[in-house]
Amino acid sequence: MIIPHPLLGPRDSSEFVYLGDASLIDRPDWQAENAAEAFYDYAYLRGNPAGEHHELWYHEGGDRSWLVVTRNTVTHEISKVELARDVARAQGRSK
Amino acid sequence: MRYSGFQVIKQVLTGHRGWIPAWRDPEPKAHYDIVIIGGGGHGLATAHYLAKVYGHRKVAVIEKGWIGGGNVGRNTTIIRSNYLLDGNEPFYEFSLKLWEGLEQDLNYNAMVSQRGILNLIHSDAQRDAYTRRGNAMILNGADAELLDAEQVRKECPFLNFDDARFPIKGGLAQRRGGTVRHDAVAWGYARSADGYGVDIIQNCEVSGFRIEDGKCLGVETSKGFIGAGKVGCAVAGNSGRVMGMAGMKLPIESHVLQAFVSEGLKPVLPGVITFGAGHFYVSQSDKGGLVFGGDLDGYNTYAQRGNLPVVEDVCEGGMALMPMIGRARLLRMWGGVMDMSMDGSPIIDRTPVDGLYFNGGWCYGGFKATPASGYCFAHLLAQDEPHPTATAYRLDRFRTGRMIDEKGVGNQPNLH
Amino acid sequence: MTQANRLSGGLVDRNSTLSFRFDNRNYTAHPGDTLASALLANDVRLIGRSFKYHRPRGVLTAGSEEPNGIVELRTGNRQEPNTRATTAEVYEGLDARSQNRWPSLKFDALAINDRFSNFLTAGFYYKTFMWPAAFWEKLYEPIIRKAAGLGSLSMEDDPDEYDKGFRHCDLLIIGAGPAGLMAALTAGRAGSEVILADEDFALGGRLNSESFSLGDDSASDWAAATVAELSALPNVRLMPRTTVIGAFDHGIYGAVERTGDHVAALPAGKPRQILWRIYTKRALLCAGATERPIAFENNDRPGIMLASAMRTYANRFATTAAQRVAIFTNNDDGHRTAIDLRAKGVKIAAVIDVRDDAPINYDFEVLKGAQVVDTKGRLGLTFVEVALADGSRRVLECGALGVSGGWNPNVHLTCHHRGRPVWNDDLAAFVPGGDLPPGMTVAGAANGTLSTHGALLSGAEGAAKALGLKCALPDVPEAEDAAINQTPFWYVKGCARAWLDQQNDVTVKDVKLSHQEGFRSVEHLKRYTTLGMATDQGKTSNMGGLAIMAEMAGKSIPETGTTIFRPPYTPVPIATFGGRMKGQDFHPTRLTPSHYWAKERGAVFIEVGNWLRAQWFPLPGETHWRESVDREVRQTRASVGVCDCTTLGKIDVQGTDAAAFLNKVYCNGFAKLAVGKTRYGLMLREDGIAMDDGTAARLAEDHFVVTTTTANAVNVYRHMEFVRQCLFPDMDVQLISTTEAWAQYAVAGPNSRKLLQKIVDPEFDISNDAFPFMGCGNITVCGGLRARLFRISFSGELAFEIAVPSRYGDALMRRLMRDGEEFDVVPYGTEALGVMRIEKGHAAGNELNGTTTALNLGMGRMVSKKKDSIGSTLSEREGLNEPDALMMVGIKPVNADDKVTAGAHLMDASGPVDAQHDQGYVTSAAFSPSLDCHIGLAFLKNGGARQGERMRLVSPLTEENVEVEIVSAHFVDPEGERLRA
Repeated sequence: MIIPHPLLGPRDSSEFVYLGDASLIDRPDWQAENAAEAFYDYAYLRGNPAGEHHELWYHEGGDRSWLVVTRNTVTHEISKVELARDVARAQGRSK
Repeated sequence: MRYSGFQVIKQVLTGHRGWIPAWRDPEPKAHYDIVIIGGGGHGLATAHYLAKVYGHRKVAVIEKGWIGGGNVGRNTTIIRSNYLLDGNEPFYEFSLKLWEGLEQDLNYNAMVSQRGILNLIHSDAQRDAYTRRGNAMILNGADAELLDAEQVRKECPFLNFDDARFPIKGGLAQRRGGTVRHDAVAWGYARSADGYGVDIIQNCEVSGFRIEDGKCLGVETSKGFIGAGKVGCAVAGNSGRVMGMAGMKLPIESHVLQAFVSEGLKPVLPGVITFGAGHFYVSQSDKGGLVFGGDLDGYNTYAQRGNLPVVEDVCEGGMALMPMIGRARLLRMWGGVMDMSMDGSPIIDRTPVDGLYFNGGWCYGGFKATPASGYCFAHLLAQDEPHPTATAYRLDRFRTGRMIDEKGVGNQPNLH
Repeated sequence: MTQANRLSGGLVDRNSTLSFRFDNRNYTAHPGDTLASALLANDVRLIGRSFKYHRPRGVLTAGSEEPNGIVELRTGNRQEPNTRATTAEVYEGLDARSQNRWPSLKFDALAINDRFSNFLTAGFYYKTFMWPAAFWEKLYEPIIRKAAGLGSLSMEDDPDEYDKGFRHCDLLIIGAGPAGLMAALTAGRAGSEVILADEDFALGGRLNSESFSLGDDSASDWAAATVAELSALPNVRLMPRTTVIGAFDHGIYGAVERTGDHVAALPAGKPRQILWRIYTKRALLCAGATERPIAFENNDRPGIMLASAMRTYANRFATTAAQRVAIFTNNDDGHRTAIDLRAKGVKIAAVIDVRDDAPINYDFEVLKGAQVVDTKGRLGLTFVEVALADGSRRVLECGALGVSGGWNPNVHLTCHHRGRPVWNDDLAAFVPGGDLPPGMTVAGAANGTLSTHGALLSGAEGAAKALGLKCALPDVPEAEDAAINQTPFWYVKGCARAWLDQQNDVTVKDVKLSHQEGFRSVEHLKRYTTLGMATDQGKTSNMGGLAIMAEMAGKSIPETGTTIFRPPYTPVPIATFGGRMKGQDFHPTRLTPSHYWAKERGAVFIEVGNWLRAQWFPLPGETHWRESVDREVRQTRASVGVCDCTTLGKIDVQGTDAAAFLNKVYCNGFAKLAVGKTRYGLMLREDGIAMDDGTAARLAEDHFVVTTTTANAVNVYRHMEFVRQCLFPDMDVQLISTTEAWAQYAVAGPNSRKLLQKIVDPEFDISNDAFPFMGCGNITVCGGLRARLFRISFSGELAFEIAVPSRYGDALMRRLMRDGEEFDVVPYGTEALGVMRIEKGHAAGNELNGTTTALNLGMGRMVSKKKDSIGSTLSEREGLNEPDALMMVGIKPVNADDKVTAGAHLMDASGPVDAQHDQGYVTSAAFSPSLDCHIGLAFLKNGGARQGERMRLVSPLTEENVEVEIVSAHFVDPEGERLRA
């Protein structure tokens, strides 16, 4: 596969390491009332869609940026690639 | 019809006119006691044991394509019970014992061939870990044997002992491990279940569940609604898709595992060999092909096909381990969709929906588990409590922190 | 030997003669011959035996679709089983042997199977060999295995080299026949970057096999001229002998170039084959079509071949399988073969055409509405029996029979993304479907355009369309443009032993039986009968089987389905995929800066991940590794030892939020750590399981140096980047791995400070007061060399770790050894390191095995509840906090001579020994020179409360069973006085 890196252009997927669903960005608040349940859901449950999937890839053999790749799990077509940091910020994550 | 050497002779003498279909091709009835979704190895085995052991005959197996077309028809055919953890080892040993009596149980020769499995050791830490594992196996009633490097060399002189990047320091052998003719497993279970009256309904795709007041009443299919007292789901890589129709999110991701077969060769390998320092395992089929595989491609997919980097990675492992296979040609590669669970171990359990049961999360170990998975799922469906060897395979174990993580890599499915 | 069947003309080089051997007999050939053409030229029709019935086999085709003509090529460690004679180029001295026969090709004992073929029908083995149960492995299976298989491996290591490479292009053209050449011409002249790959060594495809002309040239001359023009274009790369094996994601194609299979011996260092990954913007599949046979009784004898192959052998290779041949066809193409062969002087016995309206030819007899109903000839065809239109029979004498059942487009690569081909009624064949791999289009015969003119035109148009070219297309030469007239004719009615899959011996009867027994889907048919599972993957047999199954089921062929094709297009040596990653080059080897020093000292090395680390340093006279290790431990504990710990991961953490960041990744707190202090840190995974441990040294308010274990260095860094970028994107913190930047050494033992004081520059006070336990700082050594010093200890002794820039590692080690002479300094390896950490009760990889929690490790209280850290919430789950949770303990044998084995399990002193009564297991064990007995670390249920208990340690695997006592894991200096000295 070829991943179009937002900064570096098209790169072979073998430069990357795959983690999984981009929902892993969405780490719950440890002090929330339902934190135990929320962390269980966060760590273990997956949408696992047959179709468009937002997922985390790490450019280990490159610039070490984490990316959120939007890829179809049936066709493998990649429709969008963003820096995970931008996605995280857009979701309101900060410090 | 009973299969036997005499039957074959009889049919030869009568021009093979008497052979009948191995299973019927019925239209679905309006209602069954138990409907099993998924005509793969696990679903068909479940039907067989439901009928034979638990006396349930009003059972249907519904399959969206042709039976045995999923992972039971695309795997590396290995059977073994060399597991470490308490939650796993009794179950897989139960499975291996069922394999040992499979032909007679099914009256079908699935060619269970116990030519042994050898896991190679390349470091002291690996030896320690395999010692613990071998002991766990023996303590659970399985067989295990620790070999030193010389013993390995004697049994497998063709391995790379002289120029290895990661020298072979020994191995953990399970002599009762081996291989099985994988397609025949599906066919044998199907034929047996059919013989007990189970309806095997092919080309019947599930499009939804009918759930009222938290109770599952049956399944909507491409052949109409089929009512059921209980519904069991055994759809492997499609678990997320099917259980999603019941509104459930699972601790499962779907990944592709590629496997490979070489052209036919005169016998070169005694049994199954797994490389402990690379991603490669191999056996040789009765037809002569080297059947081998390695790691997952690593990304979520339902595509049933993989990419070149893993093909190369697997063959690199093969060449590092046994450079004598270099001039054998890789004939065919295929990809199966694996239901990779969050701890690498399966789930056989009730679900929050009354009357809906789930069997999945087999990762790439589902084939060897086929008999016990079928048996234990049948037990659960019939008696509403887990089989004694499958008590750990609970859906809620991640919530309670009772993971069964053989590899110790945590909640990242592609590492299991 | 003379080449009795050599004809005139052709593209072989008659000016040169090559000698080769087949089954230990010498023959001659010409450059340009394949092994198959050369054998036919020498009147050798019998080449092999079939898989199951051991029926005699000759060549069926003239290409890579060959099921029958497969041999063992080359000798010794280059022996290459199952090689297609139809694609193997003859070189001087080629040595090939027939396979799957014993004792000889002509007299094969297992041909007896053919007599029992009525028993050995499809799937017979599923129905028998079940009794008695034990006989399967002992008797039946060994016999079956021995009989099965085809060629054999030498069992020796493959001596050849293989390479891998990457190429990029605008347009990859797969196949250099008429469509491919025109496509290349179009794209090449337009200036696009083009790769034209073809599996054949001669580019031109069918153009080299046909007698017709293109414009004013012969077809092969036109091909040669076009190739010449293309090779002069700098933007066009021609890749003959290159098979595109698969279409992978995002326009990446795999291709195998056979750079060395056509020569007797490779120049040193040159690869035999190269695996290319070709990155394409567009790909144009011009793979042509494959002729399909017709099934009839005994259609598998040597001499019976595809009519188009016969034409290839005559026109391109100037050879024929026999001097008198017949043709059996259902279409006009078969007649071409008769015309071409007759033109070369071969006698045509007759053309047997199933059509009542077959064309007439005045040069030879055409039997209209006739069918071949049987054949004769044990080791090669002698007669065919024909049923004539009027129902009468006629026997024709002939040594070869060309069979043509029409053409199947080569859709193989169009299916690699699991798209399915679609049925075309006009062609009575499958053509590429709509869901091709993205970027791929198809032209020529592969797309169902079977005439030469059509192929040329579609190649030009296909290239222009794929690339969006606006320029005028090259002129398409005038060429045959015969209308397609394919009426399906799959098999002769009434036949039984009519072969579909000639290699695997699948006959029409087997397909019927498969249907009778309910194996009616294509997938079931394949698997039950083994149709299409042979080395040719059914390129000439799948369609016939499918058509017959469709007829049985009363369905159309498209309703019955099609099996889809998977890579590779043709089989590829495993070594080609392996490339150079074998032997010592399987993985890179990482060496520490003082590796060569250690080597000089005679160190024994061990692989730790990709690193090589010194395991121990034997001295002359030491005969057992234990002697060396015990000495290293004793000497370190008595005075001072030095160990290379460069391989530990080192991560620089900088920024105003560095401490806050570490608070997130470690379960214990780091916010209050003072500058100049180091702290042990335990890192959890989000699931609450211990991930790694190490130290974090605070060199400045906004600067930490973190260490990881050797094994986890990469994972921990990746994880920390995840936490930084994905979870806390606004933290002001930067990370960089400095593992390779610093060489680091543990200097341990009561004299360690004294030794270091000799090299640390005097302005740095490292006395106990100025530089206490867990202190750290930037210093200089040896007169100004920058260094980092950490007062941390894995051994339990007064100890330091000192780091210098990597290039000074070797020099520092030598200096420490020299300056340490007065203290009797000893270098120690990983083994002594391990012994000392077990003596001290420190957890390492064996304990942090991915299933253990802080609680299990005896560090439960380290998990701070006052802050959020990765893993803290999920570590509180009930299953991870059971009352009888495993706890790390020490164990000692009651009898000091007994051995403690890692991996042994703990059982109560009395009671059953089985899995239900398992109490725990030993993770690490060693002989302790300090205690003079074996000791171990173990995880034991409720271990914290069981000190002093006697238990049994059992290892049935190694037949050990000893009595042990549960003790504290801190065997040496439990109060930690030495550390703080």
